[in-house]
Amino acid sequence: MAAHLSYGRVNLNVLREAVRRELREFLDKCAGSKAIVWDEYLTGPFGLIAQYSLLKEHEVEKMFTLKGNRLPAADVKNIIFFVRPRLELMDIIAENVLSEDRRGPARDFHILFVPRRSLLCEQRLKDLGVLGSFIHREEYSLDLIPFDGDLLSMESESAFKECYLEGDQTSLYHAAKGLMTLQALYGTIPQIFGKGECARQVANMMIRMKREFTGSQNSIFPVFDNLLLLDRNVDLLTPLATQLTYEGLIDEIYGIQNSYVKLPPEKFAPKKQGDGGKDLPTEAKKLQLNSAEELYAEIRDKNFNAVGSVLSKKAKVISAAFEERHNAKTVGEIKQFVSQLPHMQAARGSLANHTSIAELIKDVTISGTTLASTMMAPRGTSEDFFDKLTVEQEFMSGIDTDKVNNYIEDCIAQKHPLIKVLRLVCLQSVCNSGLKQKVLDYYKREILQTYGYEHILTLHNLEKAGLLKPQPGGRNNYPTIRKTLRLWMDDVNEQNPTDISYVYSGYAPLSVRLAQLLSRPGWRSIEEVLRILPGPHFEERQPLPTGLQKKRQPGENRVTLIFFLGGVTFAEIAALRFLSQLEDGGTEYVIATTKLMNGTSWIEALMERPF
Amino acid sequence: MDCYTANWNPLGDSAFYRKYELYSMDWDLKEELRDCLVAAAPYGGPIALLRNPWRKEKTASMRPVLDIYSASGMPLASLLWKSGPVVSLGWSAEEELLCVQEDGAVLVYGLHGDFRRHFSMGNEVLQNRVLDARIFHTEFGSGVAILTGAHRFTLSANVGDLKLRRMPEVPGLQSAPSCWTTLCQDRVAQILLAVGPDLYLLDHAACSAVTPPGLAPGVSSFLQMAVSFTYRHLALFTDTGYIWMGTASLKEKLCEFNCNIRAPPKQMVWCSRPRSKERAVVVAWERRLMVVGDAPESIQYKQLTIQVLLDRLVLRRLYPLAIQICEYLRLPEVQGVSRILAHWACYKVQQKDVSDEDVARAINQKLGDTPGVSYSDIAARAYGCGRTELAIKLLEYEPRSGEQVPLLLKMKRSKLALSKAIESGDTDLVFTVLLHLKNELNRGDFFMTLRNQPMALSLYRQFCKHQELETLKDLYNQDDNHQELGSFHIRASYAAEERIEGRVAALQTAADAFYKAKNEFAAKATEDQMRLLRLQRRLEDELGGQFLDLSLHDTATTLILGGHNKRAEQLARDFRIPDKRLWWLKLTALADLEDWEELEKFSKSKKSPIGYLPFVEICMKQHNKYEAKKYASRVGPEQKVKALLLVGDVAQAADVAIEHRNEAELSLVLSHCTGATDGATADKIQRARAQAQKK
Repeated sequence: MAAHLSYGRVNLNVLREAVRRELREFLDKCAGSKAIVWDEYLTGPFGLIAQYSLLKEHEVEKMFTLKGNRLPAADVKNIIFFVRPRLELMDIIAENVLSEDRRGPARDFHILFVPRRSLLCEQRLKDLGVLGSFIHREEYSLDLIPFDGDLLSMESESAFKECYLEGDQTSLYHAAKGLMTLQALYGTIPQIFGKGECARQVANMMIRMKREFTGSQNSIFPVFDNLLLLDRNVDLLTPLATQLTYEGLIDEIYGIQNSYVKLPPEKFAPKKQGDGGKDLPTEAKKLQLNSAEELYAEIRDKNFNAVGSVLSKKAKVISAAFEERHNAKTVGEIKQFVSQLPHMQAARGSLANHTSIAELIKDVTISGTTLASTMMAPRGTSEDFFDKLTVEQEFMSGIDTDKVNNYIEDCIAQKHPLIKVLRLVCLQSVCNSGLKQKVLDYYKREILQTYGYEHILTLHNLEKAGLLKPQPGGRNNYPTIRKTLRLWMDDVNEQNPTDISYVYSGYAPLSVRLAQLLSRPGWRSIEEVLRILPGPHFEERQPLPTGLQKKRQPGENRVTLIFFLGGVTFAEIAALRFLSQLEDGGTEYVIATTKLMNGTSWIEALMERPF
Repeated sequence: MDCYTANWNPLGDSAFYRKYELYSMDWDLKEELRDCLVAAAPYGGPIALLRNPWRKEKTASMRPVLDIYSASGMPLASLLWKSGPVVSLGWSAEEELLCVQEDGAVLVYGLHGDFRRHFSMGNEVLQNRVLDARIFHTEFGSGVAILTGAHRFTLSANVGDLKLRRMPEVPGLQSAPSCWTTLCQDRVAQILLAVGPDLYLLDHAACSAVTPPGLAPGVSSFLQMAVSFTYRHLALFTDTGYIWMGTASLKEKLCEFNCNIRAPPKQMVWCSRPRSKERAVVVAWERRLMVVGDAPESIQYKQLTIQVLLDRLVLRRLYPLAIQICEYLRLPEVQGVSRILAHWACYKVQQKDVSDEDVARAINQKLGDTPGVSYSDIAARAYGCGRTELAIKLLEYEPRSGEQVPLLLKMKRSKLALSKAIESGDTDLVFTVLLHLKNELNRGDFFMTLRNQPMALSLYRQFCKHQELETLKDLYNQDDNHQELGSFHIRASYAAEERIEGRVAALQTAADAFYKAKNEFAAKATEDQMRLLRLQRRLEDELGGQFLDLSLHDTATTLILGGHNKRAEQLARDFRIPDKRLWWLKLTALADLEDWEELEKFSKSKKSPIGYLPFVEICMKQHNKYEAKKYASRVGPEQKVKALLLVGDVAQAADVAIEHRNEAELSLVLSHCTGATDGATADKIQRARAQAQKK
């Protein structure tokens, strides 16, 4: 069940059910017992759509990971390949099929392309002489996967790189297709806004696709009022900064994959007396993080500094609830108490988990104060976290962005992780509209000498993406952007925020500010800044038949679907949720993206290792 | 009133029949039908006549003529037969006329005598010629069965999806069978043939002898056989003058009749009225017609569905009538009006006397954006009629690129296809066109085409990156993209080359490219890398151990760890490692070695550019408080408190903080005060704070 998907303003369970139906229909086409051979990358996203039980109901008896040579033995009638349309995967499939034919009884092969069938891939299968072996070759348009009640992602890791580095718009085409699917289910979106080159292209494709479907008039009452398409390269800054919300920090430190996180197990050991710590679990603790968990929904988007007080308050409430059992005297009261037990126990488990996670994060982020811990780690990770944060905040507020930074220098000299260094250097570059040539070359040289010359390819990629660049004509536009969009707020309230800047303890994410200003007072007020930011900004209308035009009730919020082309961070999502919850905000957001990401996974995807 | 039964004549004991003329034929036939090949389409469809089919003279007047009439004899088309001799004519279920030639070629014509296409029944048929042919109908479509001069059968069960089946040999068959027919049972087309007293059933796998149940003895030959339209029933006429009627499966006899005529009939067919349960076989001789009936049994008739009716109207070009019917029946547009209009458009494109512009405009005016109309289908038809330009004009109205592009490719308008594919944003479509273009054009032209299409070029580059690395290089070369060429050779230096010389050579090419790209930094860095590689090789030779592919920084560290401090110094000078980083490097390496003596010497070699706190930290990391304390005293005032706390000297840290009058430092020290041991210190700090507040 995925009830949490229906909690939001837009019921995203409708989408989930639609894609589940499509999957079932395909499986039923291949009658009889089946084995699925998985493109490994797909298993995570598929897990959000269908558990193994659904597959089992449709006679899926075995599952394998796609790899070369022979398929493992399986006594099934059908072998179905679930793959992304990639040539290298076609080669592996061909190898599987060809080595299969030589053995035993013939089996039926099928391919399910996710999210789209590809002529190119089919040509490759034909060239390899196996195309005829497949009975069903179909596509499964799993473009946008519902992650939460207000969150959709394509989970396309390479989308940013393909769009901004390689000039490959495949993921934009999939995004447009995904938006068409959404409109088929939730009605035509009457207004489209956008900023950036990719945004423009997606809008163009949508308009074109709409023309292709003239036959079928969409008669669904529109759920979304607006669509805002945003290029990631309009705001290269935000993902580089360290996210400071609870969920953002979990992602920064441990990495959230397809809504799951793997945590070091020590803090989750069952606390029993006399254990002597002998049986500490060694396997990572895997937890699913979404709004289905009441407590998590409450704290995920808070600044981490505001999480502790919520947790301790919750702890008191829960132990008070457990204390109630002493007051339960009559049979009725005891019965009542018992009936609430499962819920209370779940709440207690949830609280224990998040207390442990918060402790883990605290160890990393908050300077150790006991002598013992200082003794153990002279320059503790937490101290370093604080130093790093200080430098980031200096950059974002415009301090000393034009010279070589001591902290970055020291990080390189001590060979801190390269990605950390690259994030900081890129952040400085973006906050200074590019670095002075001398500064840039200095950093680059230091990086190449320390981490290896092979990283020259990575540096080239970062330069191509505009993350790292020489300042053109010695002009720094960032202060103008920062001031106009109020990106730096000095008086941030982390406990009871009044502005989105709480998610980075001072820095208001540019992307979200653009969304906020679009909804009120409109982009006309910031034309000048919009011109400085890369790519065109535009507005398109999709006319609705009069019967479907919305008459807004007074006080009724608009619903805006905001699509981040190239990825979005959890802190940005938190900021948008904050705006949705504002009483006089006027707009509620549903968020879609090509990938849920953070600065580390982003830079990682842009890195190139030639060996 | 009393005449109602007057024209009914008795037939046997319980049945009556009457004769009357339904309508008279409009045609004006000059020759006898016996001199013609005749084919009448089912369901009252058209009739085709081929006059003089057997003449081989070349004179125009004696050439065969193909006439097509409506069921009531209205002339629809007439054309001179210029192809080879025709053996058999027949109508397909779609009312296409199939003309089977002696050489096994089948020519297909439309209702109006328009040539559609042709296909061959295969080499075997071509070699042995066609002796006899049948056109038959099954639920899958219309088929053709051929008896060749070698007495072998070849058939195709559906000419729309031509798959030729050569049937197995009939053992001992020396001459043509006396009669044969096609059957269709369990969705498989079969042939039933008679040779002397024997009947054989041929399917694609086997030839089996069959015997009709209850057949009267004494038969030495079958003269005629007929199968009903639904393939359920079979009638056999024997040389003993018997008619056997039974199921086509030959499992059951329905009835038997002795007509006492031993002459071979000209024709024998099953007939029955719609919805009637009575079935009968009509046998015709030169001057005699006989109707043989049997007991009633239920039969299902295939009825004309509304769709088939509309198809028939469309075939007769009665478009307005068809549209009126659609509108009257309120059929959904996609099934109804749109479909008729699309047919109309397909007919329109065949009007060769109208210009491309006019046809395209007329079609667009009438069709507009009618849902369900496929402009690409119409364009395909135009292309089929040889009107490529018109097809291209029509394709302009097609909103679906997925439909547009393949047809453009087929028409060899690949460049137009490319721009359409790009417009769509569907990268897979772009790739498809690109691979097509790559095969179609020579390399130079292909590259030029790419050059004008940046989006396609980037995609093709991506393709080459994974599939054809050499082509990628050529592409960069063509565009003078030296920056990317540089990166290309950097990658190549890792991927292809094992030997140092090869790697250095690849890097040199890269450096040259970077110079050309005016990327001095990258060029210099690459040259440094070459220098480092050579040096690492030398170090491996001289010192042993692993150096190759270590970073410069790690090379220096490895040297220090190996005790080669001098070499490390030299390396740092050669590559101009900044002082600060060199200090960090040495500090870390010496601490790792726990070479405290060397570390102290190093710390005193000159004033540390990184201060002395790192020394304290690193000693503590190695749990050497004794060494750490040495450096704590040398830490500058700003970090003094931190250093003292690190080495655990809380009291002195407090003194310094008090001296500094720094609140942050004071609270830091205070937070380090634990238990009783630091109680006095804590008090001291509190007093200092209190004093500070007084001021």
